[in-house]
Amino acid sequence: METLEYRFASAPAAAAETPALCGVVGSGNLEILVTPGAEAQSCAISVKTSARGFGDIWQAVLAAFAASHAAGGTRIAINDMGATPAVVSLRLGQALADYQGGGQ
Amino acid sequence: MNAPHPRNWDSLRQSRGRRLERAAAVGLGKAVPAERIVDLLEAVIQPGDRVCLEGNNQKQADFLSESLADCDPARINDLGMVQSVLALPSHVDLFERGLASRLDFSFSGPQGARLAKLVQQQRIEIGAIHTYLELFGRYFLDLTPNVALIAAQAADAEGNLYLGPNTEDTPAIVEATAFKGGIVIAQVNERLDKLPRVDVPADWVDFTVLAPKPNYIEPLFTRDPAQITEVQVLMAMMAIKGIYAEYGVTRLNHGIGFDTAAIELLLPTYAAELGLKGKICTHWALNPHPTLIPAIESGFVQSVHSFGSEVGMEAYVAARSDVFFTGADGSMRSNRAFSQTAGLYACDMFIGSTLQMDLAGNSSTATLGRITGFGGAPNMGSDPHGRRHASPAWLKAGREAAGPNAIRGRKLVVQMVESFREHMAPVFVEELDAWQLQKVMGADLPPIMIYGDDVSHIVTEEGIANLLLCRTPEEREQAIRGVAGFTPVGLARDQAMVENLRDRGIVRRAEDLGIDPRMASRDLLAARSVKDLVRWSGGLYNPPSRFRNW
Repeated sequence: METLEYRFASAPAAAAETPALCGVVGSGNLEILVTPGAEAQSCAISVKTSARGFGDIWQAVLAAFAASHAAGGTRIAINDMGATPAVVSLRLGQALADYQGGGQ
Repeated sequence: MNAPHPRNWDSLRQSRGRRLERAAAVGLGKAVPAERIVDLLEAVIQPGDRVCLEGNNQKQADFLSESLADCDPARINDLGMVQSVLALPSHVDLFERGLASRLDFSFSGPQGARLAKLVQQQRIEIGAIHTYLELFGRYFLDLTPNVALIAAQAADAEGNLYLGPNTEDTPAIVEATAFKGGIVIAQVNERLDKLPRVDVPADWVDFTVLAPKPNYIEPLFTRDPAQITEVQVLMAMMAIKGIYAEYGVTRLNHGIGFDTAAIELLLPTYAAELGLKGKICTHWALNPHPTLIPAIESGFVQSVHSFGSEVGMEAYVAARSDVFFTGADGSMRSNRAFSQTAGLYACDMFIGSTLQMDLAGNSSTATLGRITGFGGAPNMGSDPHGRRHASPAWLKAGREAAGPNAIRGRKLVVQMVESFREHMAPVFVEELDAWQLQKVMGADLPPIMIYGDDVSHIVTEEGIANLLLCRTPEEREQAIRGVAGFTPVGLARDQAMVENLRDRGIVRRAEDLGIDPRMASRDLLAARSVKDLVRWSGGLYNPPSRFRNW
């Protein structure tokens, strides 16, 4: 188990009142909880992962997410069971959409 | 003037006569009892013979293979084996027990590791690793078998054979052997007074033996929809909208992975919503994939010709004879040689997956310590320069590659991969393992499955790279990096150049195709379980027990 902490600048997300929970903690998958964060211009992400040693890839995946989405003002907690970057990116997009009012 | 030496022009026929006499001398006629099979093999096979052992992608002459491995290596040795697939432990036993010394083959999946070890110990000499069609071709040139050991469903008293749905390689093997002085021995699952149909006439067959148990068949093409991921759904959506629809692909072959199973299951839903029914995926060279059932039932599919069959699909295929190739008896007739020919010359697209791809687009499923071979992928995943007939998809691809005045078209060869495999192994690499494997094995060539210059598109979770539109090796490399995700190869992309390629439509993201990745849901799959497939088939599909959880 490894715990990783990140903070990225990101355009402000539309404020939401209720947290969003997306995904499941199963092999090759992950669970994402999106809650309101402290700063409107940044996104704080904590990752608990079963796979050690992939901090650089997490950094790249999460930075790309924060740059391409308006995720400022959120706090994102991830429980990971070896999801691939493709799954992480897809799930982050879904979680943020859920947080802001149930996708499109 | 020297008179020409007198020459014997029928030595093969004479040799054949002597072999048959030896079998008769030990009291064996056309129908051989199972307990005397070793006597037969030792009577008709000679040291140094070339023996074709029918090991197909699915159907296996397992009784004959085990019996050959039980023969006395003092009597039978130095055999050169020719066979499509090295699948059974007994196939490798032949070499470990000193009966055979040389191997020409196509695919070795489950025995790949044992095979690699024997090569390193120099206990086996590999002639070459082929694609199916080129191995069949060599059966008729320089690798003609002296003896063929084949598998059939049933024989009648005369020795006519019924092959059942898994015809596979048998016609090609028997034709090459029977018409060049060879001996054909068939193991059969049953003896019948009257066959449902005659697939091999009795005078092409020398001996039949009733095997103690039915021949083994591998259910190789069954993919459980429950295991298809949302990322695979996303890639399937991009492939359908960005490739199938844009080129109007009607004639095609699919690989056997979950990526293409996802496409099959999106045809009745996503593709139908896009108005593509009747416009794409009408004619197939494909085994009867259970995951194609919903598309067939929805009226997407007009015709399917198959390399082999698939366990559990027999009744469904028989009940859909407008779609599948079936005999007057109602059961399916497959034929690997003809279906591979269709895959080579008559398909506009091949789409499949791979384990590794380099920056030139070369791909390989070879990994260190395993010799797996190719099967049919290099054949179907190549652009045949011998093709002359046009189709809209073939012309569009050709013009993208060579401009509006192109004098020929191009086959679409699509590789569909998630950028990381399980255990975070990157698919995209600077150098294929195949190069190291070549050195270790002392092979002439690295075992590349599909050459980069044959690949037209790469689909990943990050988007589609159209290699036809690339004009320089640098563009090609950056297009590949541009869809390589967060792999080291992908992270090392030239961001500005990739954005330029994106402006030119060479790299396309989901949003460029009008696809919202968040909509990629398993709910789009027409079937989400094997049970759903059974339901779609009206109860005709009878899945093997390992795929049943109800």
